[in-house]
Amino acid sequence: MSLQPPAEGWYETPVARDERSWVAVATVVCLCLYVWMIGWHIYGRQNPSSISYRIEPAEYMQLHTAWVPRYQIGEENGVPVVAPPPGSDVFLLGQMWRWAPVLVLQKGQEYTFHLASVDLLHGFSLQPVNMNFMVYPGYDYVLRFRPTETGEFTVMCNEFCGIGHHMMTGKIYVVENAAELEQLRQRFQAPQQ
Amino acid sequence: MYRAPIFRLCEITGLRVDRTGERLIRANAVAAVVAFLTAVVGALLLVLTRWQTVHLLPAEWYYRILTLHGVNALIFWIVFFEIAGLYFGSTIVLNSPFCAPKTGWFAFGLTVAGFLLTNAMILSGQADVLMTSYVPLQAHPLYYLGIILFALGALVGVFLFFGNLMVARQAGMYGATLPLFTYGLAAAAIIAVITLVSGAIIYVPTLLWAMGVLPKLDAALYKLVWWGLGHPAQQINVSAMVAVWYLAAYLTVGGMSVNERISRIAFLLYILFICLASAHHLLTDPAVSSVWKVWNTSYAMYLAVLASMIHAFAVPASIEAAQRARGYTRGLFQWLAKAPWGNPTFSATVLAIIGFGFIGGITGVIYGMEQTNIIVHNTLGIPGHFKGTVVLGTTLTFMGITYYLIPLVFRRRIVGMGLARLQPWMFAIGIALLAVSMIGLGVLGVPRRHWDIGFSMAPFRHSFPAVADLLWVLFALGGLMAVLGALLWIGIVVASVFFGPRLQGAEDMPLPIATPVRTQHSSTGKFVAPGTFVLTLVFLATFLVFFWLNWKWLAAAWEVR
Repeated sequence: MSLQPPAEGWYETPVARDERSWVAVATVVCLCLYVWMIGWHIYGRQNPSSISYRIEPAEYMQLHTAWVPRYQIGEENGVPVVAPPPGSDVFLLGQMWRWAPVLVLQKGQEYTFHLASVDLLHGFSLQPVNMNFMVYPGYDYVLRFRPTETGEFTVMCNEFCGIGHHMMTGKIYVVENAAELEQLRQRFQAPQQ
Repeated sequence: MYRAPIFRLCEITGLRVDRTGERLIRANAVAAVVAFLTAVVGALLLVLTRWQTVHLLPAEWYYRILTLHGVNALIFWIVFFEIAGLYFGSTIVLNSPFCAPKTGWFAFGLTVAGFLLTNAMILSGQADVLMTSYVPLQAHPLYYLGIILFALGALVGVFLFFGNLMVARQAGMYGATLPLFTYGLAAAAIIAVITLVSGAIIYVPTLLWAMGVLPKLDAALYKLVWWGLGHPAQQINVSAMVAVWYLAAYLTVGGMSVNERISRIAFLLYILFICLASAHHLLTDPAVSSVWKVWNTSYAMYLAVLASMIHAFAVPASIEAAQRARGYTRGLFQWLAKAPWGNPTFSATVLAIIGFGFIGGITGVIYGMEQTNIIVHNTLGIPGHFKGTVVLGTTLTFMGITYYLIPLVFRRRIVGMGLARLQPWMFAIGIALLAVSMIGLGVLGVPRRHWDIGFSMAPFRHSFPAVADLLWVLFALGGLMAVLGALLWIGIVVASVFFGPRLQGAEDMPLPIATPVRTQHSSTGKFVAPGTFVLTLVFLATFLVFFWLNWKWLAAAWEVR
């Protein structure tokens, strides 16, 4: 009786069979969810990393600008195109309102991504794969990605970062092999010659 | 200074009503409706902007109105209503006076000042930071001051609730324990204290930073502590909403909790385990480890989930047990078929329970797991989820109970009872359609809080699958229908409260108060609510299907570690 204090003996009232069963089932479900998350860390292949470093935005900017020319193969829509070797570090930069650089990756190879912002919070949203991670100023988020499919992918920003938020997009190409990489290299070099 | 309370005797409930307390309840309820109207107007503009066939607002105003909508819907509307509810549950329900009316008016003044200041700053374009105002995004200092004033007023209101409980206890108005409705509100009030203190811990430094006193605020620290306010705030809503469910079950069919001990333990679980649920806003963030994420979401969140699952059985079971005691015992569902569907409080409550569980609850649990969060974080699926919890759950529940509160507290008859019977359905179907299409768009990767997913001015374009176009039409349909349902409710409330015929006596009561049915069950081997048991199993099956789908989608994504 929700408007009056409960009747005498309410605390001792036995729990009905259906309610008892439901509470038991619900408890088991909750415990399974907990174990499932731990299990996915062992058996699953999509887990957020626990690696992150504090880094001043200016320092990250230096790392990024020193890294880009090392593997740059050209430019697309005014954004440098970089093809880092498999297994290497990738210093992706989130900045109002662009993602830099455009990346060319190889399928099945692992890359150590560093995600950081130099101004506000941004949201790294890889589409249409639909993988989403937060990008902070002051933190380097280290995520080791292994693309499992080839194609053209968009990186959009899905954390509000001011009036130009909706214009903040970037691009990732995933190629099958070295021959395809060479084709892309020629395509992006062409306009600059 | 002690003031002798002036009581009136309510001829409908037989309760003594402290008139000062009643005026405070009215004032807070009116403020709640004003905030709600602001949020609904915002919602209309937002629906017509994100549906890019219309694309009504320019970018700047889209983000501004989004801030306005979030703050008014999630904070002002709900907190004003909850304060009214807290005062109602601690004075009228307990037959008891309001402990300190002057402080009550002081608290009301603070909340109204905070409400006005915050909205003024948003509308003048000096706080385009969205509700979360993630640092280093910065608003005008007065914006943060507005929020602080509001929170301070709310905190005073919560302490007045505790004061009222003490007065009632000393006067012997209740025995060993509170009525379940007030017990649930007390749980909400305790969570509110934790929440508002977290809010102070983060908003005060942010104000100082915006004023230039503090040089820097850590972005990750801000987000962590802010969600100590942002998430438990929704748990206040859940707790208050469930308390109202028990109240509505009692008023409409005379339903009583089938086991008071279990229902109370579930409220206790909310208090103990909800705070760290803020962790699931940081699942795809740097600076916190997987161990921290898994522990803090599952240890804390799942015990709170358990609490909601317990209520999900207990509330419908209270309705079923009462209906069965009345003789509706045929089959599994005669009790439901013969329920008072013409009573808008009843239909609103049932629709809210279904919507909260099937839309808000299922998505909430799955999206709140560490790894599946990767495929939904900051997509439109997230607001889709909380349209299910906060709008379809809390808001519809609060709407429903007003059909009793207007005659009982405002002493007016409901104007347009025919429309009132229609209103919960309109609002519920609209929001359900809106939420489900947002969840679908989220699966496709459509971002939330985004002005232009056509990316017309972006360096690289992206097009979403064609099915998105259909979902946007459903989104718009649902959104517009929900806005109409909300405006209808506001219209009925305003017309009744200000122009409705005054209540002369018990015979004027537009909705009957059901006579309670005592449902004794002594043996543990009995089913008290077999129909409800089956419904909860259907819920579980739906949960497992959506669980399986999401993990399958996740497994198809790139590998990441």
